[in-house]
Amino acid sequence: MASENVKTLTDADFGESVKHGVVLVDFWATWCAPCRRLAPTVDQLAAEYSGRITVAKVDIDENPMTPSKFMVRGIPTLLLFKDGDLKETVVGLAGKDDLAKLIDKHL
Amino acid sequence: MSERQVIIIGSGPAGLTAALYAARANLKPLVIEGIEAGGQLMLTTMVENWPGHRDGIMGPDLMTELRAQAERFGAEIIQGDVSSVDLSQRPFTVAMGKTQYTAQTLIVATGASAKWLDLGVDKKLSGRGVSTCATCDGFFFKGRPVAVVGGGDTAMEEAIYLSKLATTVTVIHRRDSLRASKVMQDKAMSMANISFIWNTEVTDIKDIDKGEVTSLVLRNTQTGASSELAVDGVFIGIGHVPNTALFKGQLALHDNGYLKTHDGSRTSVVGVFAAGDVQDHIYRQAVTAAGSGCMAAMDAERFLSGTLHESEHEVSVSSHSELRTANSE
Repeated sequence: MASENVKTLTDADFGESVKHGVVLVDFWATWCAPCRRLAPTVDQLAAEYSGRITVAKVDIDENPMTPSKFMVRGIPTLLLFKDGDLKETVVGLAGKDDLAKLIDKHL
Repeated sequence: MSERQVIIIGSGPAGLTAALYAARANLKPLVIEGIEAGGQLMLTTMVENWPGHRDGIMGPDLMTELRAQAERFGAEIIQGDVSSVDLSQRPFTVAMGKTQYTAQTLIVATGASAKWLDLGVDKKLSGRGVSTCATCDGFFFKGRPVAVVGGGDTAMEEAIYLSKLATTVTVIHRRDSLRASKVMQDKAMSMANISFIWNTEVTDIKDIDKGEVTSLVLRNTQTGASSELAVDGVFIGIGHVPNTALFKGQLALHDNGYLKTHDGSRTSVVGVFAAGDVQDHIYRQAVTAAGSGCMAAMDAERFLSGTLHESEHEVSVSSHSELRTANSE
């Protein structure tokens, strides 16, 4: 489901992967229809911000620890980390322009 | 940007059926999906009242089919959300951020979105235990107690879906009987782990300090007595609000916020048509939305070919008085 610009993260490598720079993480699952709607937007952001931020996905079925750690209780949820700190949480669907504004705040 | 014959805003059953008919009439419609692409059916499970599917069809599958069918006949469907419209002159202008499109006719099929409780706290705890989509978020409440607020079909569908995951599902309803269809009521009542609390409103959701749902504060509407119900999640199914914000001051609205239509799908502006839940506060079914989408496309086609007969003078006079009412609300 992830495009070439989008990294796939797991419980095992999550902590290490968000340590540096700005990382936008999309929590999703195969059965979540709104997640499928959000996916193309996330893919486009990954392409547009390529080289400036990291865009990643976590499949919550396969990786239950990370969503639980960050109290994700609904999907899609986007979390934005800067140098390991959680800076932004977006629950549910959001437009590309709004998400771009959110990212720009931390660049 | 070249001028279009018709732009359709929205991609639920109304928007995509309008697209199908407009495409088959060779109008090359442009469909702007909106953030909630596919509409409310994308959040449902089995749809058992869509004619022609005797065993039912999954909501998201139905929308995938409808979309492909519209595309097959030449509808162009683009992602994104409309940021503003200018209906003051034809061609009408539809903007998505910096990108602008123009069209001779517009079909508004922006639908309706889930209503929240208006407590403030429910939105703050959204994604932290408060949800309007059981099929999206039920997963997180496996083996935990949850509540559903509401007494209509949406609330019952959520309760039934959640009863297979959660330990207990408590339905909280402000009246003493359900508004839901008999079939859904019977189904919900037959589930051993679904219980009902009648004549009761949710007045607060705890615990905002912890950033998660721990309990609901309830008030009995008959006695005024307060109580607290410990749950890990609460699903809100209290109805929908029409997505008309884009059109305020430009199209006439009913007092309840729904778009006004007359003589089929016509709105208060000549050349702008409306279909689906954005203009229907009575039936609100997938099949009625689809039907009205067909009407809007046919009305747009007739308007473009000059065969839609109406007294433009009469309509513009009445639309102005309607607009004044809409604006003074």
